[in-house]
Amino acid sequence: MITFESVTKRFADGTTAVHDLDLEISKGEVTILVGPSGCGKTTTLRMINRMIEATSGRIVVDGQDVRQVDPPQLRRGIGYVIQQVGLFPHRTIAQNIATVPELNGWDKRRTEARVAELLTLVGLPAEVLDRYPHQLSGGQRQRVGVARALAVDPPIMLMDEPFGAVDPIVRSRLQDEFLRLQQEVRKTIVFVTHDIDEAIKMGDRIAILQQGGVLAQYAPPDELLARPASDFVADFLGAERGLKRLALIPVSAVKAEPGPTVSPDDEGERARAVAEAFGSDWVVVVGDQRKLLGWAHVGEALERGRVGQATLRPFLLQVHADDSLRAALNAMVQSHTGVAVRVSDGDRYEGLVTQELLTREIT
Amino acid sequence: MTDGPPTLLAAELVRWSWIGDHADDIRDALLQHLELTGLSVLAGTLLAFPMALTAVRWPRLYAPILGFTGALFTIPSIALFILLIPFTGLQIWTALIGLTIYTLLILVRNMVEGLRGVDRDVRESAQAMGYTPARQLFQVELPLALPVIIAGLRIATVTTIGLVTVTALIGWGGLGQLFITGFTLDFTTPLVVGIVLSALLAFSADLLLVGLQRGLTPWARTRGS
Repeated sequence: MITFESVTKRFADGTTAVHDLDLEISKGEVTILVGPSGCGKTTTLRMINRMIEATSGRIVVDGQDVRQVDPPQLRRGIGYVIQQVGLFPHRTIAQNIATVPELNGWDKRRTEARVAELLTLVGLPAEVLDRYPHQLSGGQRQRVGVARALAVDPPIMLMDEPFGAVDPIVRSRLQDEFLRLQQEVRKTIVFVTHDIDEAIKMGDRIAILQQGGVLAQYAPPDELLARPASDFVADFLGAERGLKRLALIPVSAVKAEPGPTVSPDDEGERARAVAEAFGSDWVVVVGDQRKLLGWAHVGEALERGRVGQATLRPFLLQVHADDSLRAALNAMVQSHTGVAVRVSDGDRYEGLVTQELLTREIT
Repeated sequence: MTDGPPTLLAAELVRWSWIGDHADDIRDALLQHLELTGLSVLAGTLLAFPMALTAVRWPRLYAPILGFTGALFTIPSIALFILLIPFTGLQIWTALIGLTIYTLLILVRNMVEGLRGVDRDVRESAQAMGYTPARQLFQVELPLALPVIIAGLRIATVTTIGLVTVTALIGWGGLGQLFITGFTLDFTTPLVVGIVLSALLAFSADLLLVGLQRGLTPWARTRGS
């Protein structure tokens, strides 16, 4: 755990980068520092490993005041990744990854084994080991940067816009990989970004900082989007706050509506009654073992006599328990029925996600 | 030109028999030239290094340091050697001190530029990885500054090889002694030998340093490939 106790940083030129910051960063979580430029997020990050010294206040890492630890020693126990990666151009990839093991005096065999292990962890082929950084692509260099930071398995990782320098497609892939990796390694991660979408995607908790290094709000993404503490936070979160929240909530979080379901053997009259009760002019047709068959117009079922004789139309987009409500909303707006159908195990009908359910969830 | 005796000009410029008779003197002069060059570039490097580190650590001192070494550089060489004689006489020190002083400007400048040219991200990430400042300097910053530092060494070496001849005036001079001989005897052969050998020396020293750089900076070779 990392604790900031009324930490202030004033630079020699008189600007206050961080103002009286209190922050508790939990073990094993990804904590995001986000805010506009000049909000002191990088300064805050760098005070943790004493690349910048706090003017006043205290920073405690796992019970120990960082000022009581010799900086090089402190830093070897804290992984660090920056946007430009900062790989050493004169050292091969293997040597780059082995930086901290070497500083810590590991023997050759242990280092080599660890390097190989890390390479696999970040998904790079063994061929890159003898290459120099400039012979790799931006995305590969970023992975090497992460491997280097993880080398001695530090419990804490500091990441300063680690995906800022790669193109959007690679960035999104690296983010996904990072989240998968974090599931595995469970580090305490402090992550700086200026991109609120990245913050929402990556963070377990988000600290929004504003100009002058003032903490505007510190909360999990969902709470932040649901209850922004100030106009500044609301503005920073952007106009599509509702959509962003939906992206965070899984379909399983709302209780699906049973919906106007009928079986193919039901008469048209029954379909009419069920639809009327639900308030639609269509019904969901469900077969044996709750197999989803599609949907049908009530009028057509009445005309033909039986539901099964009407044209069964497929739900083109279906959602699963672990999809986001945003995906459900997408299914709704792309469907004639205006609802999203939730299934499991391929085509087992679980119920409907309706707009009312979404509204209830986010208000 | 195709047949007959050698041209008059060539015959006057180089008398081969003189070279044969004075092979030992020529060899000694060459060795002294090497010694004076090697020692003064070495001394210059040892002196320039702390000056460069000071300038990098305290940027405000860079201008004064550069100004000081620049001022030394502008003293006419003959004047400098004569000025040193009252203190160090005609010993080798006089020659070495003078020659060393002239290497400083180039060496300090290239060392500072080389060290400053190391990417900020690289320096910061070295710091963040937990390098101590000294280790960072020797394992990260110096290796990366090497191409620029060696470029400075090359210029300093070639310049010094030329300048060594001037110390013939105070009794040293390496190949420069041959110029004095040629001048006093009004005889061109020693002059030509001196010029050719010092040019060859400069060329070989430069080649050696290029080789040294390639050997020490394997990462730079794969650049742009």
